[in-house]
Amino acid sequence: MRWLKPAAFAVALLPLAWLLWRAGFGSLGVNPVETINRYLGDWALRFLLIALAVTPVRQWTGWPALARLRRMTGLFAFFYVCLHLASYVGIDLFFDWAALWADVVKRNYITLGMIAVLLLVPLALTSTNGMIRRLGGARWRRLHLLVFPASILGVAHFWMMVKADIREPLVYAVVLSVLLGWRLWGFARRAQRA
Amino acid sequence: TLLAAGQGLAATSDDAPTPFEAVTTYNNYYEFGTAKEDPAVTAPSRLKLAPWSVAVDGECAKPGTVALDDLIKPLKLEERLYRMRCVEGWSMVIPWQGVPLGQVLKRFEPNSKAKYVEFTTLADKAQMPGLRVPVLDWPYVEGLRLDEAMHPLTLLATGLYGKDLLAQNGAPLRLVVPWKYGFKSIKSIVRIRFSETQPVNSWQKANSREYGFYSNVNPEVDHPRWSQASERRIGEFRRRKTLMFNGYADQVASLYAGMDLRVNY
Repeated sequence: MRWLKPAAFAVALLPLAWLLWRAGFGSLGVNPVETINRYLGDWALRFLLIALAVTPVRQWTGWPALARLRRMTGLFAFFYVCLHLASYVGIDLFFDWAALWADVVKRNYITLGMIAVLLLVPLALTSTNGMIRRLGGARWRRLHLLVFPASILGVAHFWMMVKADIREPLVYAVVLSVLLGWRLWGFARRAQRA
Repeated sequence: TLLAAGQGLAATSDDAPTPFEAVTTYNNYYEFGTAKEDPAVTAPSRLKLAPWSVAVDGECAKPGTVALDDLIKPLKLEERLYRMRCVEGWSMVIPWQGVPLGQVLKRFEPNSKAKYVEFTTLADKAQMPGLRVPVLDWPYVEGLRLDEAMHPLTLLATGLYGKDLLAQNGAPLRLVVPWKYGFKSIKSIVRIRFSETQPVNSWQKANSREYGFYSNVNPEVDHPRWSQASERRIGEFRRRKTLMFNGYADQVASLYAGMDLRVNY
């Protein structure tokens, strides 16, 4: 299964490749800045959910090789989060730091989005083998529980941004609930047995 | 010909018309779907534009249901190049054709109790797939104070870019109120009602903290979830500053003299 990781890596780059293709040869629509920002935000959220799905899917399918994709999908989630943030700050606001600060302190959905990014930063920084060793497995695992609040904030960020049609954020919320619920259920069962 | 800036009714030389392609493919018309591209895809083949009539009732001496032609034909079509600012923070410049709403309303002889005008969009499930989703309380309703409705800038549009309105732009008859956020400019109007009390518009009903009755473009009063200080003009990369009353302050500011625009947002 040596192909699994490189294949997953290539697939994970496809959304970005498609965006660049559209920017270069196709069209980003009538409002390109909005298209880019929303597209990157969508994929940031999708990769967060994919990363959270790796372990449950591994257990449901009994395919242990999937465990090797967990770190990579998590890092890709962070990668798309960073691109989303960069497009917002660099393209949408064009580095208007005063406007950015005003948004962060005044707009709840942006405040939550920013907190989610901050929660993900230590996770990305501690995803090397060296950092895992230095922290120790138990501490590392505890730190990486932050992915759960970050994901909840990410979905809330999207939900609070939409004007009236909540169907799309609702899908993300349901998927996230299943992924979190499954873990809580497993946790409760283990606690009962103990 | 488009009215020159000097006549006080048009955009400035800074305002190049937004390309026809963008004006007709980037639309908020939730009756045909909530994505910007949806209305251009779903509306033209579904919305039946003729026959079309408008029911006019409420506080007026001559209520009645009038065929679209009878409503518009007696009046002279005018061309107006207007800025359009969406509450979402983007804007366009659109060359409309239409008739001043005030001239249309006069023939129904609003009485002394008529303080407001309420407009209603068609709501037909057979033609409008978006109605199956309860994102708003259908039918779409908008309202103006009578003096706003009678203001010479307020237009009942039947066309843009010299052509009849396309379905996705609110054919066959829509309102254009250039100093208010775009959602006030209600599309595909089937009913006009004069009333004594202030109408509740659809977005206000959906979320009164974020959308008020007046909804005048105002860079100093933020939408709770985003700043209204700047906007992205479709076709431009950098944001530009949003102007008070969308740049029509000279013509309309007097309508709101003495009003607290933070309260009456």
